[in-house]
Amino acid sequence: MSTIEQQQTGIPTGTFLADTVHSSVGFEVPYAVATFSGTVTDFDATLTDGRLEGSARIESIQLKDENLQAHLLSPEFFDAERHPVLTFAGELSRDGDTATVEGEITLKGITRPVTLEGTIAGPAVDHFGKTRVGLTLETVVDRTQFDMNWNMPLPTGEPALANEVTLKADLTLVAQEA
Amino acid sequence: MRILAISGSLRRASNNTALLRALREEAPEGVEVELWDGLKQIPPYDGDDDVVPGPAEVEELRRLVREADGVFFATPEYNSSVPGALKNALDWASRPLATNAFRNKPVAVIGSSAGAFGAVWAAAELRKVLGTMGARVTPAELAVGHAAEKLDEHGNLADDDVRQGLRDALDALVAEIAPVEVAA
Repeated sequence: MSTIEQQQTGIPTGTFLADTVHSSVGFEVPYAVATFSGTVTDFDATLTDGRLEGSARIESIQLKDENLQAHLLSPEFFDAERHPVLTFAGELSRDGDTATVEGEITLKGITRPVTLEGTIAGPAVDHFGKTRVGLTLETVVDRTQFDMNWNMPLPTGEPALANEVTLKADLTLVAQEA
Repeated sequence: MRILAISGSLRRASNNTALLRALREEAPEGVEVELWDGLKQIPPYDGDDDVVPGPAEVEELRRLVREADGVFFATPEYNSSVPGALKNALDWASRPLATNAFRNKPVAVIGSSAGAFGAVWAAAELRKVLGTMGARVTPAELAVGHAAEKLDEHGNLADDDVRQGLRDALDALVAEIAPVEVAA
């Protein structure tokens, strides 16, 4: 039995801030024969009357190798020195548990329209009496549209790294006191 | 603003070094071009010698790169690629990779050769190496073919088009060093 009560189905009203301890933001990209993924630890997200805004500090990307991390932060990829923050803003729409956010993402100084799709849960009261909304969202972007063109040929001649990158956000957002 | 100029050729009468001397002459007010002459003293890279601090000559190169606002390369082409001595110096400079002196450093690469193509393949490979090291590789391009014909009897650049090309490449590097707008 869930500890969450009072399920609702409309667009949440009021302001909700991401509880970042219980949220995650990251990316996945096909690399060679598998999928390479990473997360950012320093991010924020706010949902205000259906408008979702968020940002992530690029330097907080967590990878298992410092040289690889340095490469991703370099001008060949994110260029974190000159463009330290990824931002997103958009409008949430809801059909039952299905969530869609139409908005714009700005990465490496380049702004593109994107549609995030996924699920929404709540608002609902948690076991501490806080009202929460859950959002699980993702979208696929072409990294070359954000000036990230690095690649390396495999022995077959095919590129090692895909251009299509999945951006993912699993957010739990907590209602702020009025 | 200080630009470190690195020639990929050790030869005394090097065309590429001549181009960098001309670059120094073409530098606008406020831009100082320092020609590095330590390439021949860099020892062959050996992981066993790659300790902190590294060889004195290597540490000097790293210091010069760190203190420069940008680095301007002029390279010849040996067997379709970057001369070994230059690549060796960069292999030293790239260590340790995550924090090396070239990381985020604006760089420009030009090339010249005795043949018609002006070291375009060496320049492309040099840009690739610098990008991997984390440098900020500018789109500056200048390929000087039949280079010896562009110099006078004293070995100085005597070609107005090449001088203009040098100014354009330097402008591209300076623009990268001083971006109009840096994102918050």
